[in-house]
Amino acid sequence: MSNNKLQEKPPSEMDINRIRADFPILNQEIHGCRLAFLDNAASAQRPTAVIDAVSRYYQHDHANVHRGVHTLSHRATDAYEGAREKIRGFINATSISEIVFTSGTTEAINLIASSLGQSISADDEILISHMEHHSNIVPWQMLCERTGAVLRVAPINEDGELLVDEMISLMSDRTRLVALTHISNALGTINPIEIIITAAHERNIPVLIDGAQAVPHTNIDVQKLGCEFYVFSGHKMCGPTGIGILYGREDWLERLPPWQGGGEMILSVNFEEAVYNRLPYKFEAGTPNIAGAIGLGAAIDYLQAIGMDNIAAYEATLLDYLTDQLSNVSDLQLIGTAKRKAGVQSFVIKDIHPHDLGTVLDHKGIAIRTGHHCAMPVMDFFEVPGTARASLAFYNTHEDVDQLIEGLAVAKDIFT
Amino acid sequence: MNSAGEDLQAIYRKQVLEHSRNPHNQRHPEAPDCEALGFNPLCGDKLTVYANLQGDKIIDVAFEGTGCAISVASASMMTDAITGCSLTEAASLIEATQKMFSSDQSVKNTQLTEIAALEGVRSYPSRIKCATLAWTALAAALYGQDNQISTE
Repeated sequence: MSNNKLQEKPPSEMDINRIRADFPILNQEIHGCRLAFLDNAASAQRPTAVIDAVSRYYQHDHANVHRGVHTLSHRATDAYEGAREKIRGFINATSISEIVFTSGTTEAINLIASSLGQSISADDEILISHMEHHSNIVPWQMLCERTGAVLRVAPINEDGELLVDEMISLMSDRTRLVALTHISNALGTINPIEIIITAAHERNIPVLIDGAQAVPHTNIDVQKLGCEFYVFSGHKMCGPTGIGILYGREDWLERLPPWQGGGEMILSVNFEEAVYNRLPYKFEAGTPNIAGAIGLGAAIDYLQAIGMDNIAAYEATLLDYLTDQLSNVSDLQLIGTAKRKAGVQSFVIKDIHPHDLGTVLDHKGIAIRTGHHCAMPVMDFFEVPGTARASLAFYNTHEDVDQLIEGLAVAKDIFT
Repeated sequence: MNSAGEDLQAIYRKQVLEHSRNPHNQRHPEAPDCEALGFNPLCGDKLTVYANLQGDKIIDVAFEGTGCAISVASASMMTDAITGCSLTEAASLIEATQKMFSSDQSVKNTQLTEIAALEGVRSYPSRIKCATLAWTALAAALYGQDNQISTE
């Protein structure tokens, strides 16, 4: 084990100890052991810069946005809209009109299911894949129930890879939307979304990409991707909970009807009619999560200072180490062995239920996710009730992985 | 050994591990009089509990399905404790067990001395549902309207 530790060579641009010092939560003991936080795919941790930005906003600048003529309202509005511009730059959207604040990925998908859904009718089809998170399944099922449309599901293989040709062959002139995850939360598979987007566009089908697991770990350029919608959450990328983004191509957002009605999303209201606000405010009814947006802006500043390419390279190296170490554990089966993967590794161990494993690891200070990962169809495919899942962030180290492997040995002592 | 090791022994006691490795009455009875599916959405575990009655007496209890060590051990211990009980006795045992998991009270009922080995679960709020899964399903099978229960 100690030999392996010597192999740790993070890219020179990243000083891992300095980065870890930015995350106060990592510096604590759980059940008397060093915390190894390996549950980042569920929610990542926040650096001091984000915590301070939110705190500073509440201490000095809070007021409602776009409303008042007083100084605090101006400051709050500037900070809120400043965050929108940071997000636009981060994913290279053309304009801030294309950046809609939501409560998270789930709400962004529901927004599209609702607004796009108004033009969906019986016999239309929505195409998803077998590896979607429940949040990219259930809104479409509900839409299908409402309209009589049909949900089509593209299959995956034993490695947890999308069967691309089969997905393309399921596209037809009835398909009204393709909704696909960029990176699977349960399997770590990176989908070839460029190929799917191109194939869909050849058939004039719009595409929604669930980027919740991708945005924290890699560079995203929505103009280069060309998808109509790209959705993600703040809390998985070191930002606050309760804030997320719907990126929508401007021509599509213009065309879609609003989702929720209320203040902010209107220009004028009388009892006969309301005139809707311009983009992106048309989709932001009510007082938004101002502090959440500001915190997300601070998270983006933080990630960009480290560099998304550095983060991706470091996490790829750490994933290799994690996968190698897990592969050496006897009676352990890796779930999700795609050729292109992000820093997520699911696994099961013979005769040890994932929940028991989770409890034992917790006692050794190791936080992993156990269960179905909100992807029950994936569990059904692999014929397991659930898996254990270790998921990485750029502040994880080889030491975290080693601690996990030692924890697995303890669990095996108890249960086998 | 640090406190972590001791805590682990409190939840995974020897009796619990023995029952989970070699569960009693894990089988499908030929013609069960009643059955119910217990589902824990947190982990996806599903246990089906079966019972056979002779008049007021429960002459056989069995279960099928997959689960963690806690849920399987609890189901196994339950089949031992309930077999041979009257419906009234079973109801009070189910109630006593639920109370044991949801409060600090120790089990006084002599028929539940084995179940007391699961007391350590109380310190793990997220795992209490594992321990109660089979019992809730049994209650649904014997007395319930629905033949499918969820711990949520």
